Amino acid sequence: MNALTPPQYARTYRYDEVDREFLRERIAEFRGQVERRLAGELTEDEFKPLRLMNGLYLQLHAYMLRVAIPYGLLNSAQLRQLGTIARRWDRGFGHFTTRQNIQFNWTKLEDVPAMLEALAEVDMHAIQTSGNCIRNTTTDEYAGASPDEVVDPRVYAEILRQWSTLHPEFTWLPRKFKIAITGSPNDRVAAQVHDVGVLAKRDARGEVGFEVHAGGGLGRTPIIARKLRDWVPESEFLAYMEAVLRVYNALGQRENIYKARIKILVRDLGDEFTQMVEREYERLPRDKYRLDPEVVAAIAAHFAPPPFAALEDQALPEDPEFRRWAAASVRPHKQPGYASVTISLKPIGGIPGDASADQMEAVADLAERHSFGEIRVTHVQNLVLPHVRQEDLYTLWQGLRAAGLATPNIGLISDIIACPGMDYCALATARSIPIAQRISERFASLDRQHDIGECFINISGCINACGHHHVAHIGILGVDKRGEEVYQVTLGGSATNDAAIGELIGPAFSYDAVVDAVETLITTYVAHRTPGERFIDTYRRIGATPFKDALYAPA
Amino acid sequence: MSTKAKARPATAPVVFTANRLRDGRVVWLGTEGAWRDRITETTPFTPEASDQGLALAQQGERAQLVVGVYAVEVDPNGGLGGPTPLKFRERLRVQGPSVAAEAA
Repeated sequence: MNALTPPQYARTYRYDEVDREFLRERIAEFRGQVERRLAGELTEDEFKPLRLMNGLYLQLHAYMLRVAIPYGLLNSAQLRQLGTIARRWDRGFGHFTTRQNIQFNWTKLEDVPAMLEALAEVDMHAIQTSGNCIRNTTTDEYAGASPDEVVDPRVYAEILRQWSTLHPEFTWLPRKFKIAITGSPNDRVAAQVHDVGVLAKRDARGEVGFEVHAGGGLGRTPIIARKLRDWVPESEFLAYMEAVLRVYNALGQRENIYKARIKILVRDLGDEFTQMVEREYERLPRDKYRLDPEVVAAIAAHFAPPPFAALEDQALPEDPEFRRWAAASVRPHKQPGYASVTISLKPIGGIPGDASADQMEAVADLAERHSFGEIRVTHVQNLVLPHVRQEDLYTLWQGLRAAGLATPNIGLISDIIACPGMDYCALATARSIPIAQRISERFASLDRQHDIGECFINISGCINACGHHHVAHIGILGVDKRGEEVYQVTLGGSATNDAAIGELIGPAFSYDAVVDAVETLITTYVAHRTPGERFIDTYRRIGATPFKDALYAPA
Repeated sequence: MSTKAKARPATAPVVFTANRLRDGRVVWLGTEGAWRDRITETTPFTPEASDQGLALAQQGERAQLVVGVYAVEVDPNGGLGGPTPLKFRERLRVQGPSVAAEAA
């Protein structure tokens, strides 16, 4: 087996020869376009839409290539290849995003065709990671592993991927379109703040169906999605999705970029939007869109359980440092004797979501040894090894520690989501990363982090909210004020079943003052909390006033 | 040319920046239309002469050397040891990311 051979039991969708031939042709086409651009035969206005359709942005300091990781699933060969790309054509690292993708921040235009060829060697590409099309569908990072899973969402995420890839009708939507799907009643995909959020579930007979929400979103106008339907039968899934997209495509406001997302249409039309979708759904030729059970079964075969051994759950070793890591990072698995492990990409003082080429290779090796060669990317910018034998956890922890990947802070205050912010992004109005770094350094004490407990801080460097600040317990939004950075703070957001948009707490803080403000919020929480209460619980119980008083009281 | 919102007239001296086509790196308009890696190699235009500067910079776009030309207001003798952008965003363009930009 060479380094690019996918491990036998890793459950990622495997391309067939048609897929591979398509990618070869697509890369050859883009190579020609790049050559014509470099030769001056295409202007930037002509070339820009072509490069964006291949995931290539021009950012503040360089081009950035965004690579699609379908619903966050990677096999070890793919992750190793991403490491190779980072080392050979970038600066030795990549940045995992809140869309479960990866970005390379220092791409040279002339290198992009070779980078795409390297991706194609492991069945990957950068198509539909930009533009007003249906982007990468995201899903639960514990799919196929979590005890609370009712339906394996990977099957339907892959069906959505195949349906939406190069869909001729939905290549030029009014604006970009993001779908999240979960198969667990516990939402780990932020379904209610997506353009479409899908909850896969089963009826009393065990049949699969879908609860569909639409019109959620963050950005300039944060909105919680509206439930369109409680039940769409499996066979009608694509017909219903087609109907939602058609109504949006026809009526979305193309003339105003700030009002072009589906959330504005759904908000403005209300029930009428739901009825229009229903009428379109009724009108569609159902036979054409029917999801054949054989097709579903064929795709499901790609995600069949790996050959789990018959094991029993076991007690963890006593080593206190290991125990602390395990308490934060190890999650129950539906298979006895196994666990899922979340790998923090948030070292204290580090850049959230960044992984070096060496780390990618280390995780690929560990995945091969301990998790059937499978890795997941989370929308919180961490990685997951989904299927680890409990008896291997200690060895795995040692391996992660050697790679600098064993920070035991999953779900704690230093497990921060941060967009690239002004350090990289051309749209940003303020930096995000250094704020995250300074907060994690301020709360570096693991004893203190564990005492504070679950607390989600999300940071965005502009109103587009790639850092999901609206749905954080403590949200931080960087904005420009007369050429300098200031930071607004929101409290009380949530991205889970009780989805909520955080409330702006008051006037913004300077770059220097914002970390102190977070400290004040935490001190206030600790002073008011009752036993077992998380930050969000305390906030909901006592309201904003004690936090405001603490932040803005005259000295 | 890209259609962008019309920039407000400059009230301070300006230099011109863009991204180099081939590798996307930040460049600055030097004398006689040459594109330089460092802002210290530029000579600011007065606000009154900024249109002349823009015309010179746009030659670089037409020649497919650079992408996304725009004017940056500067303090000609500011804290960066020469022309120093008044806005933080462009100071970042001069200095690069404020965080580690290489693998450790």
